[in-house]
Amino acid sequence: MASRPEVQAPPEIFYNDVEARKYTSSSRIIEIQAKLSERALELLALPDDGVPRLLLDIGCGSGLSGETLSENGHTWIGLDISPSMLDIALEREAEGDLLLSDMGQGLGLRPGVIDGAISISAVQWLCNADKSSHEPRLRLKAFFGSLYKCLARGARAVFQVYPESIAQRELILGSAMRAGFAGGVVVDFPHSSKSRKEYLVLTCGPPSVSTAVPKGKGEDGESSSEDSSGDEDNQTVSISDRHRPKKKQKLNRRGKGREWVMRKKDQMRRKGNVVPPDTKYTARKRKARF
Amino acid sequence: MRLLTHNMLSSNIKGVTNGFPLGIVVEKVIEKPVEMNPDFLKNMFAKIEWKALVDASRSMGYAELPDQVDSSMLDSVEFLQRFHHALLELHLEEGALVCPETGRKFPVNKGIPNMLLHEDEV
Ligand SMILES: C[S@@+](CC[C@H](N)C(=O)[O-])C[C@H]1O[C@@H](n2cnc3c(N)ncnc32)[C@H](O)[C@@H]1O
Repeated sequence: MASRPEVQAPPEIFYNDVEARKYTSSSRIIEIQAKLSERALELLALPDDGVPRLLLDIGCGSGLSGETLSENGHTWIGLDISPSMLDIALEREAEGDLLLSDMGQGLGLRPGVIDGAISISAVQWLCNADKSSHEPRLRLKAFFGSLYKCLARGARAVFQVYPESIAQRELILGSAMRAGFAGGVVVDFPHSSKSRKEYLVLTCGPPSVSTAVPKGKGEDGESSSEDSSGDEDNQTVSISDRHRPKKKQKLNRRGKGREWVMRKKDQMRRKGNVVPPDTKYTARKRKARF
Repeated sequence: MRLLTHNMLSSNIKGVTNGFPLGIVVEKVIEKPVEMNPDFLKNMFAKIEWKALVDASRSMGYAELPDQVDSSMLDSVEFLQRFHHALLELHLEEGALVCPETGRKFPVNKGIPNMLLHEDEV
């Protein structure tokens, strides 16, 4: 196996045009990122009221994780440090707004406005010092401090991470706690080397029932589908009663479909407005949830 | 970038105490129709800094938002449509965002604001 990307080059260099396209062309990666994002969204435990939320996707890359948010009806803002990844996100017509931004410099967002944040396979990048001016502790502090501020009280942030070591996990978690977050690590399928996935589940605000850390999937030795004998129904998660993840949070997107979008776009063009060109992605059907 | 995002963004240059709202330099605006979701708009209304949205939409060439608002207006479909249009359908495609305190410009290309700070701004 190739060495971890984080140790090879800084993210904005590692994810160049070639790597960004390779990453986003792999059906295996697309599927894995979608699954991780689904799980992160589930762990966000948003209220089950059908109301779309304003979410952040931190290290959004080419928009694979954001696509899961869109499919579930939410509106999102994605930020990433790699221009090449963001270019692919544009090409894929990501529905969220995109920002070229370095999370380690802190997020420039107003206080209390964001309903939740996910970050898929990105935060471990902050543990490296890619420039002489980089001090991982300070960058983690700037990041978590600014994230804490922009989240609404009681909102959650869920990070799927690949920490290199226990020390690295402690570094990330410790920075989050010092910023004021409550929470901890959820490990899905801890007994499987292939399926093991870690999520930091953080809640903004003082500890309460809702900040209790949910249980991981497969903690009791149940197997995952990747281990081939997976039994979906066994994969229960227990969270405090107030925030039990609802089975299907999918919002009812009574999509008006491609025809409606094309008609609206034509209307706007006739009015003389600049409208993006029609492509195969225009109003495409989103695949269903797993 | 939609005005929804503009309404949330604030300049976090070191030393800046009030980085909101960012000024807008418009070079190109595009409109992308999206379906209206009244529940989302109602959820967002409480969070929106109204004056900043009105000013931003005017600088993007849309002058249909009222100066004064209160939550009872959310019952009016006409108001919701205007709010929706300003918040989610107008995109700043090319131009810049401007820090209100320092005048530092954050360029916007292909709809993506470049919010990266220089080392001495962190
Ligand atoms: C493995 S990709 C994941 C992308 C996306 N979340 C997904 O699920 O497909 C990791 C991303 O984190 C981004 N990243 C790394 N360090 C970053 C930083 N300091 N600020 C913002 N983004 C960063 C990289 O540019 C890359 O796009």
